Amino acid sequence: MQWDWLIEYAPKLVEGLWLTLQLLVLSIIFGMALAIPIGLVQVTGPRPLAWAAKAFCTTIRGTPLLIQLWLIYYGVGSLFPFIPGIRESFLWPVLRDAFPYALFAFSLSVAGYEGEVMRGAFRGVPKGELEAARAMGMRPFTILWRIWLPRALQNVFPTLAGEFILTLKATPLAATITIFEVYGVTTIVRQETYRIYEPLLFLAFIYLCLTGVLVVTFRYFENRIPKRRV
Amino acid sequence: MEIPWDLLALSPPGWGGNLLRGLASTVQIALGAYLLGLAIGLGGALGKLYGGPVLRVSLEVYTTLIRAVPELVLILLLYYAGTDLLNTALESFGYERVDIDGLWAGIYVIGFVQGAYSTEVLRGAFLAVPEGQIEAARAYGMSWFKSHVRIVIPAMIPFAIPGLANLWLITTKDTALLAVVGFSELALETKQAAGATKAYFMMYVAAALLYLALTLVSTAVFSWVEKYYRRGQPDQG
Repeated sequence: MQWDWLIEYAPKLVEGLWLTLQLLVLSIIFGMALAIPIGLVQVTGPRPLAWAAKAFCTTIRGTPLLIQLWLIYYGVGSLFPFIPGIRESFLWPVLRDAFPYALFAFSLSVAGYEGEVMRGAFRGVPKGELEAARAMGMRPFTILWRIWLPRALQNVFPTLAGEFILTLKATPLAATITIFEVYGVTTIVRQETYRIYEPLLFLAFIYLCLTGVLVVTFRYFENRIPKRRV
Repeated sequence: MEIPWDLLALSPPGWGGNLLRGLASTVQIALGAYLLGLAIGLGGALGKLYGGPVLRVSLEVYTTLIRAVPELVLILLLYYAGTDLLNTALESFGYERVDIDGLWAGIYVIGFVQGAYSTEVLRGAFLAVPEGQIEAARAYGMSWFKSHVRIVIPAMIPFAIPGLANLWLITTKDTALLAVVGFSELALETKQAAGATKAYFMMYVAAALLYLALTLVSTAVFSWVEKYYRRGQPDQG
């Protein structure tokens, strides 16, 4: 085992790690922002919306993320140049970069999986609490913001924490569309140093640490959720 | 822009046949890996429940490590390490080096990863079997082995099926990762078809639909299996 490459590539690895974290955090934020309405309309929404949300979740959960990623980057990306004048528009620098595509694909994936989780979460909040809120004279939006959503999130917090760790473990896929996050950087290391095991083992160690940090962070927040002692 | 449907034709120059062949090897790899994973999982669960301290700790390390590291990294590691170890072993016994066939390598790699997940699912299911049923089996004078084959394992299956169904869906989707290592299955076939025809959007949509069909069929099969194994159990909610 040789580890001397580690010093040479350290700055690149740190950059890659930063990119991984950006991808993870941003896709969780955008994904959850989508997942909450997707879960909600499946519980209370009008029939067509509920049906559309259900179809979205099934499609996302039924196809590999790798295919979704390639479909969005290569597939949708290959359609853009057909739009006349798009190369001159201000959007082109964004559309030419791979990161927005990855972020979009990962956000959709988070939305699909967590939409399903949120559906169960919204349904799991006791009716009495919502009726009590209504009896206090809260408007529907206030009920959602003050009672329904916080209670739903509390109930599924451990599930969501597990799902976010799965999202972390999916981020290396972004390397297949030319994003050099930490996995992508180690592929470069492997190609340039001809070492197979060291970079991969180091990578496994990095992800182990990341998972550990996430688990501890989520547990901290989980413990802050007030629980009724039984 | 018109849609070039004829690129999906089953015989060349269409690429439909290639996609279907890819789907077939995806199903093959997934089935093999799933069965291997189940075998590892059954052993692992029993080891975790009844094994000595050394076995228990090593199984704990196995499940924790595998579940904390991305599948893609594991697949690369296991693929290189596995072929290396096999060849070292073969050479030390005086045989020639071999190239592992893509199908078997894929099955071994994904199966080894899925084994960690199945271990946890099956362990949970074993723990869900009511204590009284095991005690009743013992009261009948059944040996440990017989009581497991006749009572505990059949009683554990309905508890395990939802988790196992989930694992099967994850396995089918994990096979797509093998495309990154260069195994020819649906994802890689699609990538090649898309690259050759430049009809990226259509090819990837076609592949997505094939995966989706696989998922929907599997879901239907598993709900039937679950109903079968839950017969005689009281309705739950």
